[in-house]
Amino acid sequence: MLIRSRKSWELPYSAVTPEPIYRSRREFMRTATAGLLGAAAGTAIACGDADSAVGAQGRLTATRNAKYSVADPPNSFEHITSYNNFYEFGLDKDDPARYAGRLKVEPWSVKVDGLVGRPGTYGVDELVDFNALEERIYRLRCVEAWSMVIPWIGVPLASVLQKVEPLPAARFVEFTTVERPSEMPGLRVPVLEWPYREGLRLDEAMHPLSFMVVGLYGQVLPNQNGAPLRVHSPWKYGFKGAKSIVRIRLTDRQPRTSWPTMAPHEYGFYANVNPEVPHPRWSQARERRLPDFFARTPTLMFNGYGDEVASLYAGMDLRRNF
Amino acid sequence: MPARLFYWLVFAAAAAPGGVLAWRAWTGDLGVNPAETLLHTSGRWALGILIATLAVTPIRRLTGWNRIQQVRRMVGLWSFTYALAHFLLYAVFNHLGDIRAIWADVVERPFILSGMAALVILTVLAATSPAAMVRRLGRRWRTIHRFVYPAAVLGVVHFAWGQKADIREPLVWGGVLGLLLLVRVAAWAGRPASRQVEVTR
Ligand code: HEM
Repeated sequence: MLIRSRKSWELPYSAVTPEPIYRSRREFMRTATAGLLGAAAGTAIACGDADSAVGAQGRLTATRNAKYSVADPPNSFEHITSYNNFYEFGLDKDDPARYAGRLKVEPWSVKVDGLVGRPGTYGVDELVDFNALEERIYRLRCVEAWSMVIPWIGVPLASVLQKVEPLPAARFVEFTTVERPSEMPGLRVPVLEWPYREGLRLDEAMHPLSFMVVGLYGQVLPNQNGAPLRVHSPWKYGFKGAKSIVRIRLTDRQPRTSWPTMAPHEYGFYANVNPEVPHPRWSQARERRLPDFFARTPTLMFNGYGDEVASLYAGMDLRRNF
Repeated sequence: MPARLFYWLVFAAAAAPGGVLAWRAWTGDLGVNPAETLLHTSGRWALGILIATLAVTPIRRLTGWNRIQQVRRMVGLWSFTYALAHFLLYAVFNHLGDIRAIWADVVERPFILSGMAALVILTVLAATSPAAMVRRLGRRWRTIHRFVYPAAVLGVVHFAWGQKADIREPLVWGGVLGLLLLVRVAAWAGRPASRQVEVTR
């Protein structure tokens, strides 16, 4: 049976252990020092942010959203930022941590077009209300059958989309990831069609669980995790969450996204977490809760969010629409 | 260099990756996904050393350095050792030792089937590798041990099939294997009839 009690992910948020925060501070001090050195060398580095919620050292103030947090203990900052799939920086899991520092995330702008009432080019703080940041502890279930628990900071994706006023005809959202060959060495390898494109049905994007992420562990999002702006819809496999977004386009047609274009029989547009629909090369019935050695944790339908999202797919054959 | 010294140097070189991996496991230095590190590293060495085994005879022929032949069986057995470890890691960490789940994986997924087929061949080759078996099997031994080539091909296919997007590395290994096969076929085509046994062994 796929039905389960919602209690397990609605349990009150358990405080993030101080150790990772300590780590993240240390990490941040290193970054800050590098920034100072860079400035000393005459490199123009944009420091600080006009917005009040972004603290002096890139720390973010957010309110914990217990209702939308899982009870599992979060992975360490180090794990979350050193094991990433971000092919624009390379195919190995440690490539993003190694190379993403080259990506210039400031200034950043996002082009919004398609079926919206307010198309245009927006800065990050025009799309994200930094005074309404939430912390949500989501479990990211990768299509590769591993998962990590991550204390994201962000705002509901719906709040971002509402700002640009989707037109009634809009049915899908397409996200495009930045494509800068000089800063992203992985783009030299044509494993996917660049730039990376992802997409959601509009009702999926407007669902309160869909999160526009700008931070992690109380600080500004590290580049390897998709800075400055990435999506996470926790009932879907991780690749559905576009990173380092530079374009948001609303359409009436299902967008042609990168993974299903590359391997249509392996990756579907919906990519809902589903233990009953295996990937052609491995089962999705269990997952490895990193850093566990064993793939022993049973995978939950919709990653445990069935009560919330199953109705979005009423009447759909989830084996065909995988 | 004394013959024994050469043998043990090669032995140590083939054992080293396993030692390094065991050390990293012991010190907790396998990264965020330790099971994946173990599985991928053991699989790569199994294939790499298998292809090295296939290079032994061509190297001897091209260079006339006959002593290299004495390490061939030992190197081949190391490839089998890594392949077996690779399979056991998969069985324990991916399937918690559940034989039925492993079997389902083998029959459902060509990617796993190709690895399993390679391992079955390597097991037969390892079991028939002692000198006593060579003597007992006589001419049939040669026939059996030619299956090392299909095993290597299956290994490359398995490697390529297992990749999510990028198959450049298995293609390189496939290229090296293709070259070794070519050398082999060329030698076979050009052999004098009387030296048939010596050449093909
Ligand atoms: C029953 C036998 C085998 C099974 C069940 C098996 C299973 C696997 C699995 C699950 C992976 C990981 C794929 C991934 O995570 O992307 C893998 C990778 C691999 N296997 Fe096997 N395997 C078997 C035999 C072999 C043999 C005999 C060889 C070599 C001759 C081999 C060489 C490799 C290589 C080179 C990789 C890729 C490692 C990498 O991506 O870095 N495997 N195998």
